[in-house]
Amino acid sequence: MSAAIDTYLTNEIGPLPFCPGCGHDPLLKALDKALVKLQPDPAKTVIVTDIGCIGLSDRYFTTHGFHGLHGRSITYACGLKLARPELTVIVLKGDGGCGIGGTHLLNVARRNIDITLLVANNFNYGMTGGQHSVSTPLGGITSTTPMGNLEGVMDLCGTAIAAGAGWAYRGTTFDKDLPDRIAEAITQAGFSMLDIWEMCTAYYMPRNDLKKKDLVDIMGRNNLKYGLVADNPRPEYGSEYRTTYVDTATPERKPQTIETKFGNNVTRQTGIVIAGSAGQKVRSAAGLLAQSSMYSGLSATQKDDYPITIMTGHSVSEIIISPEQINYTAIDTVDYFVLVSEDGLKKTKSRIEQLPSTCTLYVEKSLELPHTEAKIISLPLIAAAKKVNRLSIGVLALAALVKDSDIINLDAFAEAITASQKPAIAEISLRALEAGSALIQDRQEVEPIIVSS
Amino acid sequence: MGLEFIEGNEAIARGALKANCDFFAGYPITPSSSILHHMLNKLPRVGGVAIQGEDEIASIGMCIGAAMAGAKALTATSGPGISLYSENIGLAIIGETPLVIVNVQRQGPATGAATKGAEGDILFTRWCTSGGQPMIVLSPATVSEAYELTYRAFNLAEQYRVPVFLLTNKEVCVTRESVDLERVELPQLVDRTRVTIGRPCLPYSFKELHEAPEFAAIGGDQITRFTTSSHDEAGYLTTSPEVIQRMIDHYAAKIESAEEDIALVKQDIEAYAETLMISYGITSRSVAVAVKKMREQGYKVSSLTVQSLYPVPTTTLSKALVGIKRVIVPEMNMGQYIQEIQRLIPAGVKVVGVNKMDTTLISPDEIIERGILS
Repeated sequence: MSAAIDTYLTNEIGPLPFCPGCGHDPLLKALDKALVKLQPDPAKTVIVTDIGCIGLSDRYFTTHGFHGLHGRSITYACGLKLARPELTVIVLKGDGGCGIGGTHLLNVARRNIDITLLVANNFNYGMTGGQHSVSTPLGGITSTTPMGNLEGVMDLCGTAIAAGAGWAYRGTTFDKDLPDRIAEAITQAGFSMLDIWEMCTAYYMPRNDLKKKDLVDIMGRNNLKYGLVADNPRPEYGSEYRTTYVDTATPERKPQTIETKFGNNVTRQTGIVIAGSAGQKVRSAAGLLAQSSMYSGLSATQKDDYPITIMTGHSVSEIIISPEQINYTAIDTVDYFVLVSEDGLKKTKSRIEQLPSTCTLYVEKSLELPHTEAKIISLPLIAAAKKVNRLSIGVLALAALVKDSDIINLDAFAEAITASQKPAIAEISLRALEAGSALIQDRQEVEPIIVSS
Repeated sequence: MGLEFIEGNEAIARGALKANCDFFAGYPITPSSSILHHMLNKLPRVGGVAIQGEDEIASIGMCIGAAMAGAKALTATSGPGISLYSENIGLAIIGETPLVIVNVQRQGPATGAATKGAEGDILFTRWCTSGGQPMIVLSPATVSEAYELTYRAFNLAEQYRVPVFLLTNKEVCVTRESVDLERVELPQLVDRTRVTIGRPCLPYSFKELHEAPEFAAIGGDQITRFTTSSHDEAGYLTTSPEVIQRMIDHYAAKIESAEEDIALVKQDIEAYAETLMISYGITSRSVAVAVKKMREQGYKVSSLTVQSLYPVPTTTLSKALVGIKRVIVPEMNMGQYIQEIQRLIPAGVKVVGVNKMDTTLISPDEIIERGILS
């Protein structure tokens, strides 16, 4: 066994750089004592620092050091810990960092990731000229509260505990037991934090005539508990992640691949639009048509348009199929338009009005169409779908299109269904396929309707 | 393998996995969210970690932490998220962190047309952080290129120890296409050069300015340090103008000296053509259609598709400009990359932008009418 480490501090770049009397000095020495007590491997330990005077600290330790952006130290610490669970991760940040990075404090406490946070809390921003922070006491004089601080004091431990922190302690750099408390925090198998109150001799102390004994008084006046504030361990995120997600993970299902099995009658890039409502499985049906086309030796693309409130309003899909590679993926000239609901009509009305005479429009017969040049094929789609399953209207309507246009074989459509849908759903889709095809058998062609708007 | 019908976002996730990505953190935003979904589903199955951050800042922060612990990290967002990544991108540059960042552009500014495509972030991505350092930015035009360029982005991030952008668009990422990813040709996987154990801790040491320093992982046997501050080769804060300038020159040299190695430009050159199309991303596909149409009419036209937007592939572009009298640069923004082209254009050559940002694709006919025939 190697000899015990008697200090984790190094003098390589000189002594600690802080102002005379600054609380950072005793804080770091207390951290050193805690490490000496615990004897972690320096190569398996990292000190992550925030911005502020305390951000100068990591380089004075013999452990790994990570000095990051203001307020974000907790995020780097979480990344380090999640990537290397064997690391002991200690974060040093100031009260300023707790303000700008407040959400990270909340969320590391909520997730309960095993890092230890030491807040060097000296009530102001020492590095930028003594401005007030989230922890400046009421009435405190700082360069940005020259007539006294009016903002409330953030209870850092209480805030973290409200978010789920299992272990929190509040003390001062004058506490004899601080090294033991830090050691206790580090050994917690979850998020732990110490809110350590201390003196900024450059700014806050002289401006406010702050004395050592005042620290605990201020805690009392603000109803902030001195000492151990919470000790309620709960499962640690990283361990839970590994046991719940990683250890039980099964390999991903092989992606569905498609080989050409059928022929087609498509000689050029062909644009197909289907417009319906949320809940009509429009997107899924469009995907099936695209995949059917791929089974028929064609290239395909699909784009969907639907409101962010996905269970209401329109659902429109655009499919392009082509014997060649598809470059331009917008449909400027629609070849086939399928309209199955009022929502779809509302969304695409102006587009329907502009359809060319070369376009065939398959439409649910109850819908009142605007004027269009397209060739209209009116079908009882809703009634037919009701007999199968109302969610199958997309497949049913596209099956009618395929049957009528003969662009591809209905068997290719059936192949796409059985290959990509679960058996119970596929059974419904296959019946919809037949029903859609049957509608074409006795279809009624309607001449283009001229409606004055 | 065979054909699949997938969207660009899935191809990005699979490209990342193919490059052995083992850490992902991201925050939901349209149209990049499904990258988050795919990574959260895929990574635990291969022993990696994927997490949804509390915001974009936390997401990239966790990625930088993980990357410096040795992970191959990916994050993905859309333009507004890049605004929040901004400061940490600077951290990844100064800390020499290998990291791949996906920007699935949507129409903006601000929330804009959140579900619609555009390419308004070209210059923003190039200059997205303070300090003005070079950036590597790749832009795919298709689903299979999204796969390939994500994989390549990891290689570049590892090789040069820099954040690398995959700058793409809703139109590539949430459009499904028939693709065969197995047929995509990929280069050898590159891993960052690791430090030799036992030397003194010099995490930012390099001999030649353009060389990436050897990597010592935080948590590895070689004690190391990482810093956001201007530092010397030992990673200690410095105020020495000489040392600071040398580091700045180093960040630049890593990328600028590699311009030709990084350059990815697809060339469709027609002899004696005096018109040259220069495009990238989804718009290059409209250009391909326009070029075919024009050639069918007997019009001579050449076309370059730039996949590596930054560093600007100056050598390749300049060569292609010889004998050209008219350059057409269509973009789904109000004219951004055209500014990089204009810098390279000899006197007397006309440069025409075809621009719009109305959320729709620029069509081949628009390129012909507003670009070639105007």
